[in-house]
Amino acid sequence: MSGRIEISDNTGLVQRFWHFDWLLLLLITAVACTGFAALYSAAGGQFDPWASRQMMRFAVGVLGMLFIAMIDIRIWHRFAYAIYALCFVMLIAVEVMGHVGMGAQRWINLGFIQLQPSELVKIAVIMALARYFHAGTVENVKRITYLIPPALMVLAPMGLVMVQPDLGTALMIGMVGTVLFFVAGAPRWLFLSGIAAAAAAVPIGWHFMRDYQKQRVLTFLHPESDPLGAGYHITQSKIALGSGGISGKGFLNGTQSHLNFLPEKQTDFIFTLWGEEWGLLGGLLLLALFGFIFLYCGWIAFRCRHSFGRLLAFGLMVNFSLYVFINTAMVMGLIPVVGVPLPLVSYGGTAMLAALAGFGLIVSCHMHRDAKLPRM
Amino acid sequence: MKSMERENERGQDFTRRAFIIGTIQSGILAVLGGRLAWLQIAQGKRYRTMAENNRINIKMLAPSRGQIVDRFGTLLATNEQNFRVIIVPEQTGDIAAALSSLQKLIPLSQRDIQRVIRQAEKSAPFVPLEVRDDLNWEEVASIEVNLPDLPGLSIDEGEIRHYPLGESTAHLVGYAGAVNKAELTENDPLLSLPGFTIGKTGVEKAYDRVLRGVAGTAEMEINVVGREVRELDRNLAQPGKRLMLTIDSGLQQYMQGRLAKEKSATAVIMDVRTGAVYALASHPSFDPNLFTHGISVEQWEKLLANPGLPLNNKAAGGQYPPGSTFKMVTALAALEEKIITRNTTFHCPGHYEFSEERFHCWKRGGHGWMDVSGALMQSCDTFFYNIATQIGIDTLTRYAKRLGLGERLGFELEEERPGLMPTKAWKMGQFSKPWQPGETIIASIGQGYMLTTPLQLATMTARLVNGGLAVKPWMTGFVGDQAGKDGSWEPLGFKKKNIDLIIRGMNSVVTSKKGTAHGSSMEDKKFQMGGKTGTAQVRRISKADRLEGVMNEDLPWKFRHHALFVGYAPISNPRYACCVVVEHGVGGSLAAAPIARDLLLMAQQRDPASSPLNMEGRTASRFPNPPSRKPATASRKR
Repeated sequence: MSGRIEISDNTGLVQRFWHFDWLLLLLITAVACTGFAALYSAAGGQFDPWASRQMMRFAVGVLGMLFIAMIDIRIWHRFAYAIYALCFVMLIAVEVMGHVGMGAQRWINLGFIQLQPSELVKIAVIMALARYFHAGTVENVKRITYLIPPALMVLAPMGLVMVQPDLGTALMIGMVGTVLFFVAGAPRWLFLSGIAAAAAAVPIGWHFMRDYQKQRVLTFLHPESDPLGAGYHITQSKIALGSGGISGKGFLNGTQSHLNFLPEKQTDFIFTLWGEEWGLLGGLLLLALFGFIFLYCGWIAFRCRHSFGRLLAFGLMVNFSLYVFINTAMVMGLIPVVGVPLPLVSYGGTAMLAALAGFGLIVSCHMHRDAKLPRM
Repeated sequence: MKSMERENERGQDFTRRAFIIGTIQSGILAVLGGRLAWLQIAQGKRYRTMAENNRINIKMLAPSRGQIVDRFGTLLATNEQNFRVIIVPEQTGDIAAALSSLQKLIPLSQRDIQRVIRQAEKSAPFVPLEVRDDLNWEEVASIEVNLPDLPGLSIDEGEIRHYPLGESTAHLVGYAGAVNKAELTENDPLLSLPGFTIGKTGVEKAYDRVLRGVAGTAEMEINVVGREVRELDRNLAQPGKRLMLTIDSGLQQYMQGRLAKEKSATAVIMDVRTGAVYALASHPSFDPNLFTHGISVEQWEKLLANPGLPLNNKAAGGQYPPGSTFKMVTALAALEEKIITRNTTFHCPGHYEFSEERFHCWKRGGHGWMDVSGALMQSCDTFFYNIATQIGIDTLTRYAKRLGLGERLGFELEEERPGLMPTKAWKMGQFSKPWQPGETIIASIGQGYMLTTPLQLATMTARLVNGGLAVKPWMTGFVGDQAGKDGSWEPLGFKKKNIDLIIRGMNSVVTSKKGTAHGSSMEDKKFQMGGKTGTAQVRRISKADRLEGVMNEDLPWKFRHHALFVGYAPISNPRYACCVVVEHGVGGSLAAAPIARDLLLMAQQRDPASSPLNMEGRTASRFPNPPSRKPATASRKR
């Protein structure tokens, strides 16, 4: 075992503080700094309007992460379902308000921040599943009837998010849920038949997609068919990335991004800007940093001595990695354009706060890895 | 201890499975890294060429707006070349100097000069700026000749909407104008194109989507600072479709000119069998070309201040009490409901008493004994007062709606309004008061709550004289190469003998010496028309007025009665139906009937119904210009 002192209930706050995973925070900060640099460049070499605000949000988010990490894992365990229920209600609330307002409204305005419940609901689903599977035995998890309630826990918010309509988030919830089922020990034949069923469901899903979503898929398959619209994004993103070469055009010298060929350069396409200015070396560095974060979080999950912590930490890591995979694959033209930001790097409040809250929970799992949790 | 083992077992299973996921994640990361390397190394050179030296910019090309033509192919709305003078700052050197030498050649306001200088400071030096548009030929020529002395200036050609017939078709065709913010919600990239116009009123609005066309694109190679180098590819814009209306522009122009003799008037002529509208006009009018060339504040305010409301389409959107033109509805309802027969007579002493209220006939001395056709001919109010309460308002309204009154008829213009036919339920809903029998009595002569549009009254007339077919007005001949409506209409189910009796009464309104419109009889009997006069009260005639003998003509213009006439011709075999409303024209027979006579005569002489629509339109109509003809100076009497 490690040489660390076990944390018990009477461990002082200062001592707890020393047990915080400072290496993880270092990795996170390194990733966030690439974001600050890219945003500074996106604004034409200025902190306004993006980089300065992003830094402030990061500072607030890190404080929140520390706070969440200090809270005993037993409290998170106890309130897992309550948090899930709260997020679910908020999701219904935006759906109702969205109908009253116009179009696809996906946030609740709390005054100081526009909260997107669909971001939080991902974390809540992971917590609820972790608690559910924590209570089960190896035999339980092999029984189909036992798997029905957690399946509903995943499908209900998925359905709500899909009607928003936010297909990308719905798919992400589904993927994280599937991974948790898998690592919790659900029978393997289930996943094989699931893959077959998903393949069969493609035509049905197509039927329910909104026109703009269909357009995106079609444009992905034939980018030249719509040079003015969505195909333009992919083409321009590839030109910008590719023209960066091995060492990039240099900081603040990304011509494509700066001449406004690149759409949404500060949000979904920030990786393109980074790759154009810092080249393959910069791009691989950023991907490697993300890789180290996944690895570190995976290690935390392995070390946990209770199922709740293992599943929670691992689920949150997978969720984070999905953001990274989907965003970077999109800007490189591997998958259709979906509105998924690059976590910690893209400009945007909710995504940043949600990511840091997730890391707070992961660290909490680590600090309380030996805690005794009730079976239920 | 056993649970401890269990927990370990679970932990191992988790580790195995998590390891699988971790492997997949590593695989994905490797693919991403590989893709990045492929883009940036293997394809790097290609993309660098595209990015560094030349890159692609996509320009939108505006389609030209579809033409609107009449049934003979005469242009009602078209596009004219619009010459603009533009300046490219980087080729000029001193912009102010260049502009002031331009000012010596063409009129150029100080404001324009200031605007260009301001724009030049904000934009890149190679971006062309518009100095002035709408140049005439002389101005273009004088600039072209002096181009060597005007560095950086050039002439650019665009399109501007033009309405050759101007005021005559303003309400019908409408006009197109710049897109405003509220209209930007529509998802068409064209709308955000600078200088793009969309239909604002009339046919231009109703058919905006088909007239608009589809944008084209030009792929431009531009260099590292964004300057256009050359055109790579061009996807031509699809021009908007050509729209052919059933309108006869010659008749339309004649109608506009004839109405212009009044202060404020409107008219419609339509085909009684097909429903095709041949002319529809409203006076006072406005020049739609003012809007395409940019209307000045003074011109705009003048239009708004005109009491005749020149911007309104009064033929389709003006709502008037039908007055005595409604008497055909009352008569037909009474005949169909068997309340009267052709022989039923009532005595008219000049008024009618009903529960201690006195309802006056327009003729103070009264008409004596009247049957139904005589009552139509002489427009005796008392006859209709007598049958009103037996019919009842709900039945009366039902017949009015069957004849096309009080409801939208599906005419192409959005300006069309429904009018109003009251029922008991309507009054209860509107005022929370029960319907009074006295209100039915005044409704029987088309007064009270009732409102109709001239288009509806013309339709009503057409439905009567075509033998009771449910014809509706329309004017879309062809959209592109697709034909509009054809004219086959369902019978309304009225008895032929009742319709014939009504038509006989309407014929005698003009042909009989006692008829209220005999003064507007045609000189050439083969063109003879029938019809019905109407006078709609704007202000109720008070007892004091009656006692003092105040003549309606003596009142201020805005309090005078509206004059109405519905007519058709020729009476031998009706083909054209028309409705004329002269706002505050005092009396139908005096003000409206002579106009209807002139319009129906011109319609029969030009006879647009005899030339069926074809897609091309004929290259030349039989009457390229309306023959100048003085309206007959027949004596006018009531």
